[in-house]
Amino acid sequence: MELDAKIPSGPIEDRWDNHKFNLKLVNPANKRKYNIIVVGTGLAGGSAAASLAELGYNVKSFCYQDSPRRAHSIAAQGGINAAKNYKNDGDSVYRLFYDTVKGGDFRSRESNVYRLAQVSVNIIDQCVAQGVPFAREYGGLLDNRSFGGAQVSRTFYARGQTGQQLLLGAYQALQRQVSAGQVKMYPRHEMLDLVVIDGRARGITVRDLFTGEVASHAADAVVLATGGYGNAYYLSTNARGCNATAVWRAYKKGALFANPCYTQIHPTCIPVSGEYQSKLTLMSESLRNDGRIWVPAKIGDKRRPAQIPEAERDYYLERKYPAFGNLVPRDVASRNAKSVCDEGRGVGPSGLGVYLDFAEAMQRLGHHVIAERYGNLFEMYERITGEDPYSVPMRIYPATHYTMGGLWVDYNLMSTIPGLYVAGEANFSDHGANRLGASALMQGLADGYFVLPYTIGDFLASHRPDQLGVDHPAFKEAEQGVNARTRQLLGIQGKRTIDSFHRELGKILWEHCGMSRTEQGLKDALGMIPELREEFWKDVRVPGENEEFNQNLERAGRVADFFELGELICRDALERSESCGGHFREEYQTPEGEALRNDDEYSYVAAWQYQGDSAPPALVKEHLDFEYVHPSQRSYK
Amino acid sequence: MKLTLHIWRQANSTAPGRMVKYEVDDVSEHMSFLEMLDVLNEKLTLKGEDPIAFDSDCREGICGTCGFMVNGVAHGPLPKTTVCQLHMRHFKDGDVLYLEPWRTRAFPVIKDLAVDRSALDRIVAAGGFVSIDTGAAPDANAIPVPKERAEISMDAAACIGCGACAAMCPNGSASLFTGAKITHLGVLPQGQPERNERALRMVAQATEEGLSYCSNHGECEAVCPKGITLEVIARMNRHYIKAEWVDRGQPAE
Repeated sequence: MELDAKIPSGPIEDRWDNHKFNLKLVNPANKRKYNIIVVGTGLAGGSAAASLAELGYNVKSFCYQDSPRRAHSIAAQGGINAAKNYKNDGDSVYRLFYDTVKGGDFRSRESNVYRLAQVSVNIIDQCVAQGVPFAREYGGLLDNRSFGGAQVSRTFYARGQTGQQLLLGAYQALQRQVSAGQVKMYPRHEMLDLVVIDGRARGITVRDLFTGEVASHAADAVVLATGGYGNAYYLSTNARGCNATAVWRAYKKGALFANPCYTQIHPTCIPVSGEYQSKLTLMSESLRNDGRIWVPAKIGDKRRPAQIPEAERDYYLERKYPAFGNLVPRDVASRNAKSVCDEGRGVGPSGLGVYLDFAEAMQRLGHHVIAERYGNLFEMYERITGEDPYSVPMRIYPATHYTMGGLWVDYNLMSTIPGLYVAGEANFSDHGANRLGASALMQGLADGYFVLPYTIGDFLASHRPDQLGVDHPAFKEAEQGVNARTRQLLGIQGKRTIDSFHRELGKILWEHCGMSRTEQGLKDALGMIPELREEFWKDVRVPGENEEFNQNLERAGRVADFFELGELICRDALERSESCGGHFREEYQTPEGEALRNDDEYSYVAAWQYQGDSAPPALVKEHLDFEYVHPSQRSYK
Repeated sequence: MKLTLHIWRQANSTAPGRMVKYEVDDVSEHMSFLEMLDVLNEKLTLKGEDPIAFDSDCREGICGTCGFMVNGVAHGPLPKTTVCQLHMRHFKDGDVLYLEPWRTRAFPVIKDLAVDRSALDRIVAAGGFVSIDTGAAPDANAIPVPKERAEISMDAAACIGCGACAAMCPNGSASLFTGAKITHLGVLPQGQPERNERALRMVAQATEEGLSYCSNHGECEAVCPKGITLEVIARMNRHYIKAEWVDRGQPAE
């Protein structure tokens, strides 16, 4: 199979404009004849559903949560990047493009990233017009802060709740379309299969989580905006319900899965406290603007932080990376935290933690400024740990946070299945091997507000609306498949709980395919995961029945998919014999311990094609060309 | 520590419910309340009993999915804290806790502690938005917003839509929720053109859902996990009265 990314030609700054002009249009009167399904209601799905409905398409929107407002975009704290250059500090579309390609360690597609930087400015305009209450200066204009991986202040924010406010903006736009009758909303519905007819995505099969009823919906195009797969690791900063089931079903129906090993470990999360832990909580990276990261200089120094004098502290990021200091990109910050802890200099009861200290900032700026900037984050930290970060340094440790990999899409955000579009974290497109802070919100909204509404129209313009019904045998077949799998899960009645399997899978992935990876470790994981999966299908206990509100059944199906995806993550990590961004192979590092890329052999997107349950997936490569930002060893020194 | 839990069990929205007693031991002070229930559910599953249904998602206090009554208080005893962020260090060995679903007619029980809060979505759909299509926005700095206004707006916009306000109100009113959205948009220049219509339609929808009027008990403010104050209800009333009696249903000036 050959991958055609459909990248427009011409100078990079003109590509999107020219492409938009070349896209075919659907006559306004004809738009209402088309049905579009959007799965997921986060920033990408919510904004896409609302924008497509505004254009006049009939939209059906699905989410597993009880309301579209609850999608996990809501938990993003720090901010959203945009090349507005309101600060007059030298920002531009080109610089945001450059920073993002470099931050992604030269493993993203230049044209996509340039477009992302271009539309970033429109996103801020749109959100402000919706009434998103961004932080403002006393003159009434928008305020900005700086973020990891950049030397300009281009991040817009709404206290520590930027994701919440942007999501509410998209949710309100969506509810407006619900009220207008342009969107039919299906909350508490989980997509369990994609229906492909004659090689084209024509609908989905869903389970109503309230009643257990399995039904299908047909459409002229399907958008998956179902988020990332970080929960494969069990403990992550994702919500409990975040899952990969929708994208995994699409993969098994022929959509290629790109770069699954690119997972982002976020450097500033609250450390694990015990076995019962159900999730990890992120402390916004914006804290690194004013907090200083350190560990004791001596191994095994168990004194309380206040008793350790300045001279015996190691501010290791400031020491190793004087130019960026505490604001190095996430992958660099995470790996350094791991290595000081591996040396035995970690802090806290488990020894898996480093300090994030605000004492100096409090002295410089005063209590009230720190409270205004980070008040809600400090409160959250105190609620979870019982410690007051105004008086003792925070303890933080890296945790699985974001997945750069996802379903492969072309420049139009269409997967390898015609008519199936993928947006937001669910696709692989813009972040390469590492995502910069405040760029996830930007990408989700760029895809939903400003890319999909154009590119889907182009596809629909060349496919006549045919009002396909769900009585087509392909829908019945999908429903039967879903029901059979449910019966199988409920029928096992073994001796282990779903969570016990999920925790064990998570440990394997974290240990062997987490912050650093080795050939042997990955081979071991590839032996362990199938064994555990086999045990799961023999010995899991799923209580209850299908025809009821059954949260355990929901979880069991998701965990079953994580087993398969977990294996693909390791397979991809093993195949990529280089280090880049979030993928750090211990065998490939510079003498200073930084990620060592191998551009000659690995400058490609690794897209995996499903070949049936009994055969290994096939690797299809999309070669990456860098015409503008020339790959170099990233340096933040 | 050891705790005794009395939990409301109800198989579905039409079945009768009852309180069932559970003893839990080995509760660590570092667990969240929901993690304590996760551990109980693991044990129930292995014993072949039906685990307790409760909604939760982000588990960091922002998505608004979780929530139930702990000893008669929405989200439990700690102020400004959702039940997912409530940690067991705030309880002591031997405590007896009663867990019940949100109490209000507008939120029917789905199962055990999980309820249907779709009424809140319908209130937002009635007018909780600014009518702006994608692509039609002017430059973001074209309309300055005084910092104080932006802060008032943000205080109200912090609402997570959990429904604790309505669950706690003796009168079954979601005025704190509705008032928060009306305030968030109503104090911003962007929200002015639809200010009147928004207040009238959202209040009418809340009434339609069986959510009652505010009777100034203030229980909502006491349990709101985001610290939203009664001021938003005063603002809602002002917008409503102005829309109904001064502008007589005409668009705001």
